[in-house]
Amino acid sequence: MTTAIASFSLTRVAALVRRYWYLLRSSWPRILDLIYWPTVQMLMWGFLQLYVSQNDSFFARTGGAFIGAVLLWDILFRGQLGFSISFLEEMYARNLGNIMMSPLRPVEFIVSLMIMSIVRLSIGMVPVTVLAIFFFDFNLWALGFALAAFFVNLILTSWSIGIFVSGLLLRNGMGAESLAWTIMFLFLPLTCVYYPVAVLPYWLQYVAWALPPTYVFEGMRALLIDHVFRADLMLEAFAFNTVLFAAASFAFMRLLQSAREQGSLLQTGE
Amino acid sequence: MDAQSTSAIAVDRLVKHYKTGTAVDGISFQLPAGSVTGLLGGNGAGKTTTIAMIMGLVTPTSGSARVLGAEMPKERYNVLHRMNFESPYVDLPMRLTVRQNLSVFAQLYAVPDIDERIRELAADLDLVDLLDRPTGKLSAGQKTRVSLAKSLLNRPEVLLLDEPTASLDPDTADWVRGRLERFRATCGATILLASHNMLEVERLCERVIIMKKGKIEDDDTPDRLLARYGRETLEDVFLDVARGRNREAAR
Repeated sequence: MTTAIASFSLTRVAALVRRYWYLLRSSWPRILDLIYWPTVQMLMWGFLQLYVSQNDSFFARTGGAFIGAVLLWDILFRGQLGFSISFLEEMYARNLGNIMMSPLRPVEFIVSLMIMSIVRLSIGMVPVTVLAIFFFDFNLWALGFALAAFFVNLILTSWSIGIFVSGLLLRNGMGAESLAWTIMFLFLPLTCVYYPVAVLPYWLQYVAWALPPTYVFEGMRALLIDHVFRADLMLEAFAFNTVLFAAASFAFMRLLQSAREQGSLLQTGE
Repeated sequence: MDAQSTSAIAVDRLVKHYKTGTAVDGISFQLPAGSVTGLLGGNGAGKTTTIAMIMGLVTPTSGSARVLGAEMPKERYNVLHRMNFESPYVDLPMRLTVRQNLSVFAQLYAVPDIDERIRELAADLDLVDLLDRPTGKLSAGQKTRVSLAKSLLNRPEVLLLDEPTASLDPDTADWVRGRLERFRATCGATILLASHNMLEVERLCERVIIMKKGKIEDDDTPDRLLARYGRETLEDVFLDVARGRNREAAR
């Protein structure tokens, strides 16, 4: 581990980030795709919230919890997708052999994918948060420090899942591609994005509380509905995220080792 | 110092078993620095797996592959910046221009003065007019020249080439061989070349290793192989080996 840190090169990370940036800017459909779906989601949930709040006093007091939930969910979902798609681009391009044969270390590869996940997320989410102000008078940025705490926890989870999926892709080739697109949907019902944990059956609540994003969405509802920032929830989420990130990194290294043993790095097709 | 530690590439009793069978079965050879060696064999002979183990992309089941003294894949990061490869099984990103691709890989390999190196290679490999075109828009021959430029960016001491002229027309293939000869003459690199093309091997290689079913069937200079098998061309020698006539011929 000490050797890995000592030999870490920001120059190599920058080289790979540059490669993904060139790709992104060369294709306007890729950029449009980053903005399109988050906008549709935000508009749909925003108008739904507007409708129910006009007809129910409880929802009138929820203060944009639906729009907040959909925007935070997109940070989680798009963060992982941004990570995994950049990785998939190497497989689509049949460039993985060149990357793996270069002096680039796995940790540098992962860091460059993390950076790209933030770049892709920013391109998609910043315009959508501005539209949320315009359409629904909901300012995500006004959450200030709380938003930073939510963001850090959500992006850490998304990276952990992205790292794990990338390991599976290395080991199993494009056969694991669908996981990259769908794995995060498993988190949608379990992390209680749109409803409180108390709604779940008692036994399922244990599962929900084992997932870091659950703390974030509960924390968001506490902030938007009860106007209380729950630092305790954020710290618990961070602790779970630390464990999840370490486990995902360990799994990635083991899957990479297994890919070398099975010769999968040579055949990254189906 | 033993021969293994002074060789640019030293392969010792290298074995690779997959679930589907044995790809490489206990091969050993050593390549001195500055030599050019051809690895011949039919489909499934184990050439690509051997090269992949030398590159550190595949972990051997047993035995060892050392490059510039480093055991692969365990110590690969000590030497990856001093080696490079080219293969038809990998591509460069298609949407990036040639210049973007070369500059990304130059940065990964910590090449000093990247712009100058790209200019130099573009002039040498006739890529000047292609530098700002997307790599995916190039012809097969042009893409091969770009891949070759990528493999020469860091002036590698060890260059691994897996069928470098596969799917090229004879003229382009001949042109590529000429450039490889020139690179070897100027840089003194050790080159290991897997190929099906006997003319290529005859022209470029001073030594030929013939593989069949994961084992080394023969290993000698082209001239001595021709003499021993009583053949005019390496293609005939290759056919003798492929059809199991080598043992009798060698006697």
